[in-house]
Amino acid sequence: MKKLFQFHETYLVLIIFLLSIIITSINSNFISAENMFDMLKSNSFIGIMAIGMLLVLVSGGIDISFAAIATVSQYVMALFIIRFGGNIFVALAISIIIGTLLGMINGLLIYYFRIPSIITTIATMNIYYGFLIVLTGGKWIYSLPDWFRKFAEIRLLTFYNSNGNPYGLSIVTFIWILVVISAVVILKYTILGRSIYALGGDRKSSSRVGFNIFLTETFVYSFMGLLSGVAGVVQALLVQTVAPNSIVGKELDVIAAVVLGGASLAGGKGSVFGAILGVALLAILRNGMTLMAIPAVWFQFLVGVVILVSIGFSSYQDKLRSGKTSVIDILEETK
Amino acid sequence: MIKLKISMDNETKVLSLILTGVIILMSILSPGHFLRIETFQGMAFQLPELGLLSLAMMISMLTGGINLSIIATTNMSAITAALILTTWIVPEVPASTDIMIIMIAIIAALGVSVLIGLFNGILISVVNIPPILATLGTMKLLQGLAFIITRGYVISGMPDLIRFIGNGKVVGIPMPLIIFAIFAFLMASYLNHTSTGFNIYMFGSNSIATLFSGVNNSKVIIKTYMISGLYCGVAAIIMMSRFNSAKAGYGESYLLVTILAAVLGGVKSEGGFGRVKGLVLSLIILQVMSIGLNLIGVSAFLTVALWGLIMIGAMISHFIIEQRDLLKLSVSKS
Repeated sequence: MKKLFQFHETYLVLIIFLLSIIITSINSNFISAENMFDMLKSNSFIGIMAIGMLLVLVSGGIDISFAAIATVSQYVMALFIIRFGGNIFVALAISIIIGTLLGMINGLLIYYFRIPSIITTIATMNIYYGFLIVLTGGKWIYSLPDWFRKFAEIRLLTFYNSNGNPYGLSIVTFIWILVVISAVVILKYTILGRSIYALGGDRKSSSRVGFNIFLTETFVYSFMGLLSGVAGVVQALLVQTVAPNSIVGKELDVIAAVVLGGASLAGGKGSVFGAILGVALLAILRNGMTLMAIPAVWFQFLVGVVILVSIGFSSYQDKLRSGKTSVIDILEETK
Repeated sequence: MIKLKISMDNETKVLSLILTGVIILMSILSPGHFLRIETFQGMAFQLPELGLLSLAMMISMLTGGINLSIIATTNMSAITAALILTTWIVPEVPASTDIMIIMIAIIAALGVSVLIGLFNGILISVVNIPPILATLGTMKLLQGLAFIITRGYVISGMPDLIRFIGNGKVVGIPMPLIIFAIFAFLMASYLNHTSTGFNIYMFGSNSIATLFSGVNNSKVIIKTYMISGLYCGVAAIIMMSRFNSAKAGYGESYLLVTILAAVLGGVKSEGGFGRVKGLVLSLIILQVMSIGLNLIGVSAFLTVALWGLIMIGAMISHFIIEQRDLLKLSVSKS
């Protein structure tokens, strides 16, 4: 039991649990299966990007450009399927290829020129997004093909509510689940995954131990790009329009969600489960506010409070802990 | 110490080179339009806002931190001032009390921004939250608060005296530029000639060494973010008077540009390095580019993309220069 409370995730689960109880006591619709499936669907887009961001943060970097990458790959994908047709796999493939390439550029710049990742990705964000708007004129795309619309409505599990309206596990949520599983496999069961943790823990040591830093670092940013590509398609599936300004601006929200889930910006720390909990916490907060009829203007404010309180809590504990350990170190030195 | 001086010189050299290149390029691309007094006056009105915000960003980056809440702080203090001005100043009351109220509004705006800085500083130093997260949280908090207060509406209709700060001229020099020059000078002398300024650089280079040399690190951080806040407050007053209004969500696109400007000006994001001189040069480069490209009729988005390219170019050249210096150093040592 005591060990359980060492994990950041335990606190998150508790907070989510408490929040859910409060929301349910005010509006019992919250706990309904329909609302749950709906939340899983509408947050899959943020969730997918959060997984990519998790890997980047674990490796000790940060990526600000992923929203721009998602926008670019989504836009090109939409142009392609409108002009040449195709199916969902073509759409995903195009988006993924472009996303991965753009992500790889980030990774290579960061690896070869040792530019801090935050700087590199702010620059590339401006470059990707700027060129997209210049080349396309920033027009919105509404006329997505019918099969694209139909695909978004596929449900793997279907239930009917009391009014006879169908709901259930959407294909979009399923994509998110696939992404989550692949991230867990990579992080837990491959050398690549362990080398990401090693890189985030200590760059020099991990290279001395023999991890391939070049491969790891390029992979992390390429994977972020790949997932941004997937997220771009998912977002288009969800809203059925492609607008160049609909994703950009979400960067810090995603980072906030992942960090709430216990990933450290210094690298080396973070879990997929935590990242999902972070996304869930913000999603429940937003959903709960709607259900509790709190004006939407309060959302940002509450997000700020949640970030500061929850991260403040764990950081303060870290501080106390590190204070203790350093005292012990000094005592041992003097002996 | 000697090495530090050399790399600083390189910094200025590279920046001056880029600046000359950009100016020449712009003059060639639009010969009739670029080299005119109006161009530079337009620049003189736009540069100060971004400049003050970049200074606010820079001082936090010098400690190895970052201040993501600068825009939110700016909007919050602009809204504070605007609320005071629009509710207290009524046309019927004689103008003599107006100046008092304007003074109060300005002091309130600066006070709010410094308080926000204090809040950030405490979160970072006492509660021990990493700067990027602490200021991200404050940013969200303030954005939310600004929306709650204003309900998303614009507060407009400032008195003429306030408008003078943003749009007026003194002996042909735009007022915002004068304010910016004063505050840039103050920042430079604060950083270079006070012990706190020195400690800020020290903290950025090695916070543990700074602690063990008897510096109160918490105090340094709190002061840093308070100054960062103060500069946002000054930017708020200029922005409010230039737009003649205040609103939640003004100028949010500035946030990442300020980081870009600071980094291009030689501020290291790990902390410890960076001069006001470099920042001012990089601001001028960015501004010359944006105005020049605008004159040729290039979209603002392409300008932003080019800023990104220039930044990466600058970082790569820094890297190469650094490598070369390291090589020289190791050769001469052996």
